[in-house]
Amino acid sequence: MSSDTPPAVAESEGRAPKPDPTPSALTAKAGLGDRIFGGSARGAAIFILVLMAAIAAFLIYQAEQAISVDKVNFLTSFTWDPDGNNTPNGVPEFGIAAIAFGTLITSLIGVLIGAPIAIAVALFITHYAPRALGTVFGYIIDLLAAVPSVVYGLWGLLVLDNHMAGVSKLISDVLGWIPMFKTNGTYGSSIFTAGVVLAIMILPIIAAIAREIYKQTPREQIEAAYALGATKWEMIRYAVLPYGRSGVTSAIILGFGRALGETIAVAMVLTSVPGLVTRILQPGGNTIAANIATSFGDAFTTGRQALIASGLVLFVLTLLVNYIARLVVRRAGKAGA
Amino acid sequence: MSLSQPNPVRKAKNNIAYGVMVLAFVIAIIPLISILWTVISKGAKDFDVYFLMHSMRNVSESQSNGGAYHAILGTLEQVGLAAVITIPLSLLVAVYLVEYGQRHRLAQAVTFFVDVMMGLPSIVAGLFILSFWVLGLGISKTGSGFAASLALLILMMPIAIRSTEEMLRLVSPALREASYALGVSKWRTIVKVVLPTALPGIVTGMMLGIARIMGETAPVLLLVGVSESINANPFSQPQGSLPLFVFSESQNSLQTAINRGWAAALTLIILVMLLNLIARLIAWWKAPAASR
Repeated sequence: MSSDTPPAVAESEGRAPKPDPTPSALTAKAGLGDRIFGGSARGAAIFILVLMAAIAAFLIYQAEQAISVDKVNFLTSFTWDPDGNNTPNGVPEFGIAAIAFGTLITSLIGVLIGAPIAIAVALFITHYAPRALGTVFGYIIDLLAAVPSVVYGLWGLLVLDNHMAGVSKLISDVLGWIPMFKTNGTYGSSIFTAGVVLAIMILPIIAAIAREIYKQTPREQIEAAYALGATKWEMIRYAVLPYGRSGVTSAIILGFGRALGETIAVAMVLTSVPGLVTRILQPGGNTIAANIATSFGDAFTTGRQALIASGLVLFVLTLLVNYIARLVVRRAGKAGA
Repeated sequence: MSLSQPNPVRKAKNNIAYGVMVLAFVIAIIPLISILWTVISKGAKDFDVYFLMHSMRNVSESQSNGGAYHAILGTLEQVGLAAVITIPLSLLVAVYLVEYGQRHRLAQAVTFFVDVMMGLPSIVAGLFILSFWVLGLGISKTGSGFAASLALLILMMPIAIRSTEEMLRLVSPALREASYALGVSKWRTIVKVVLPTALPGIVTGMMLGIARIMGETAPVLLLVGVSESINANPFSQPQGSLPLFVFSESQNSLQTAINRGWAAALTLIILVMLLNLIARLIAWWKAPAASR
């Protein structure tokens, strides 16, 4: 009987529409099979909720263990020495301030470089390239998202960084009077290089979302702009860009959130230096995520718990960023833009 | 100024904008070409059958032999285990969300957590399992492949649930109603009508999820331990991992180690791209002819 069902279903599709009864009105009384299947589906849903709750509880417990023995302020201190290797009497001293700063500045550089290029790429694919070619170009950009981050790290460390040294020297020669761009005479393996790697990694994410949004620009608005005598650029400037503003803003924030959490590529590219690093062109700097990857191997109990505490901060940070991204879209939806 | 001829300034702006867009696209594909070219040209040096079939046991970093077999085996087992657990679980959760949970409070809670997990940094997924499984329950303290599987599972779950959910919602309600009208029970309708209809899309989503977790290094680094020998048992003792092998070889300044790193990166890229390609082929092959 069941093997006959699909063809019968296919036939009935073409018939005249009937009054639309709710699906539940049509279901037979729940039999044993239904109760087992429905129950296991519900059970699976409950299981992942319980799992998440348990994980959150353990995470907070471990982090709390570390912070309670910390001798300096966890949120404002620049040092990271939870196992007390270099502190008097070996007391644990660790704070998130320096690595949190590193996380924000590398991600910010990533977005500042990556987002404009991603938007231009999305516009090129949707409004400049021929339709068939645009699809192919879209696939090519999507390939960037498929490259594993460890491969980005390897390439960033062994290929890109050699080129970045030259670029960094040029920037430093021209803009060296700004404190941020001063160097000690060495270049590369820097916050700037990490930012460029992040820019390349978040570019396909932003470009993919922006592409979907720009593609949906109402035809009438585009035609209306042309009818007013607009050039192609003016049409994009006054029809496509305003239409996509909120969606693309949210895509950029999502990309920023992705950059905050990127670990292994940043860990491979950056030369980690203790303390706060504000010079972005010379070797040095660290991020929360990269610090976890690089210090984990040598960390003892308190060290591991301290890394978990820093991971919790990173988690909250990304949650906040993703929430803001969703808020931007929802606000725009309400305003009717 | 006539309507058909924009003034020279506007025309110039238009041309500059066009140039900028083309330039941006060229800039965006330069890294892709550079990455693929370096990985293939440098990776090809060490990439051969010997590399794929031997481990790093009793091989010092300065020797040019040795291979990635232990790492490939480890990654395939870890990813396989994660997929074996994630696929049925996420199928059930998605079926619950679409077919049973409509606007129920439990469904809203699950949707919210899937959203949260979607933006989860992969290193945090590793820390989850570290604090829960390793430090909390005290299992596999020196690392094991299964601990890494658990972290990978957390990363794959939201992708798998979200894509399956979307595919199930695409199935026409008319199909379900027709099945009910024939007296077929709800669960048989789901298993025999809804799931088969959505299958190609679900398979694509699952494969993209597997491709995503296969290249993850950060969570594996925290959980898998250090092993240079072949360990086929993911449940005890440290195990190798292919992305981690790329990372550890890159931390060495010896050219022999770097060469192995490139070859391992090539192996990893081939695996990931193959999965991506197959997933997209299934999606393309099963898509309605009009949208091809």
